[in-house]
Amino acid sequence: MNSNALMSPSVRFSLFNLIKEGLSGNAGWPRQWRDPEPQPAYDVVIVGAGGHGLATAYYLAKEHGIRNVAVLEKGWLGGGNTGRNTTIIRSNYLWEESEALYEHSVKLWETLSDELNYNVMYSPRGVMMLAHNIHDVQVTKRHIHANHLAGIDNEWLTPEEAQEFCPILNISHDIRYPILGAALQRRGGTARHDAVAWGYARGADRLGVDIIQNCEVKGIRRDASGKVTGVETTRGFIGAGKVGVVAAGHTSVLMGMADIRMPLESYPLQALVSEPIKPIMPCVVMSNTIHAYMSQSDKGELVIGAGTDQYVSYSQTGGLHITQHTLDAICELFPMTRRLRMLRNWGGIVDVTPDRSPIIGKTPVEGLFVNCGWGTGGFKATPGSGHVFAATLARSEPHPIAAPFTLERFTTGRLIDEAAAAAVAH
Amino acid sequence: MLLIHCPYCNMKRPETEFRNAGAAHIARPLDPATTSDAEWAAFLYLRDNPKGIIAERWRHAHGCGRFFNAIRNTVSDDFVTTYKAGEAPPETEAFASEVAPGSREANATGKQAETAL
Repeated sequence: MNSNALMSPSVRFSLFNLIKEGLSGNAGWPRQWRDPEPQPAYDVVIVGAGGHGLATAYYLAKEHGIRNVAVLEKGWLGGGNTGRNTTIIRSNYLWEESEALYEHSVKLWETLSDELNYNVMYSPRGVMMLAHNIHDVQVTKRHIHANHLAGIDNEWLTPEEAQEFCPILNISHDIRYPILGAALQRRGGTARHDAVAWGYARGADRLGVDIIQNCEVKGIRRDASGKVTGVETTRGFIGAGKVGVVAAGHTSVLMGMADIRMPLESYPLQALVSEPIKPIMPCVVMSNTIHAYMSQSDKGELVIGAGTDQYVSYSQTGGLHITQHTLDAICELFPMTRRLRMLRNWGGIVDVTPDRSPIIGKTPVEGLFVNCGWGTGGFKATPGSGHVFAATLARSEPHPIAAPFTLERFTTGRLIDEAAAAAVAH
Repeated sequence: MLLIHCPYCNMKRPETEFRNAGAAHIARPLDPATTSDAEWAAFLYLRDNPKGIIAERWRHAHGCGRFFNAIRNTVSDDFVTTYKAGEAPPETEAFASEVAPGSREANATGKQAETAL
């Protein structure tokens, strides 16, 4: 490979290139994606360059041959919830519709690094969900049986088996909410959230997609018949045959520009990380009942998540009592963490639907599509969400896996009620 | 943590004493038999979810136990005012134009409203 090839944006990550660049001062790596000026019009405009939006653009170009695509982002790509979540991946949901959607995503995670030629650091280290009371035990076992019927791995562990899998877990009977057992999905795990956004951005860019950052959508323009013709942005009008809104917490604001009220409320969801320490945590542990989940990043930080704050907010922050409540639980579940210092905490704005399932598909406005409502658990779905939404955009018909997740379900009553099924955290 | 003025107790108390109860002033359809599916969906599920001024219900769960309403800026989380259940909401359009998102004016307005109560 000559130096021109290395300077071109098509250079692949490989052991050969890694060694070559290591010996030459890493000076030959090209930019990962372009910074293009917006064109006057595109076939498809995606609003929101988070993981879901970038994945949508990637699969539109890769699988449907639609390459005249722009992804508009008001800030920087991956700067919203993609860079703020706790990176948990699993597919052990209760209902068949959800199982199909999240399992589709887990299968894509398994080959994503190869697919993108970008290491997304997918680590199927196991996700363990704790049961603290009789109700938890019954619900957890119901989930396990439902998952087995759908061909999804999930197994019941006794407290002793749970501790064997995660040795720092406190299974004493003397704590406020003793552990009665756990469900373990071994194929669940984590991935590097930034790398997912960057990998999809790089992949989409190479296929011709324009990723336009610092470009906020201020309006949605429609013709006399009501069909979408493009978007008004801070960088001028951009025409579009189809517009896909993938804007998480700001979906209500954007859909309001097309006079559509959404079944969404936006809440702050907080997370925090500890100072980095040596490996102590081999898996992800979640407790829906006492509102805490924890894993350890490759840097050594313990990554800890809390429940949402209780009120609608766009402030990307939240009350300290929410994180304190979570740390109370963490300290009881993992006593060795009690003297750890927390380094950072932050909030993201999550769009929550009444049934805690996403909305993927068409809207009452022709040419306008939406992918939203992932609430507190969207990261795990990034590849699958982008994949089925791209198919939906390309064909103007819902992908079979996305078909149950329509906006109309709130009128017909065919809800996919994961709220009752999966308690608080996702 | 938010400090919330309860209009019944007439004092500011910490958020942990309160439960948020969602958007305010959503009227249940009066005649269920003639209410369409779309109207039920609007009543049950569709929400303004505004970035800016919201009218919302709170309950002083660990205080007087009563429901009341509040006007709050969802960008700054500052309360503009709170008022008793059953009272007409203040003109929120006026607040929206007066209180720029993220500005601290909301606090000042809130204090005025508090002394007026």
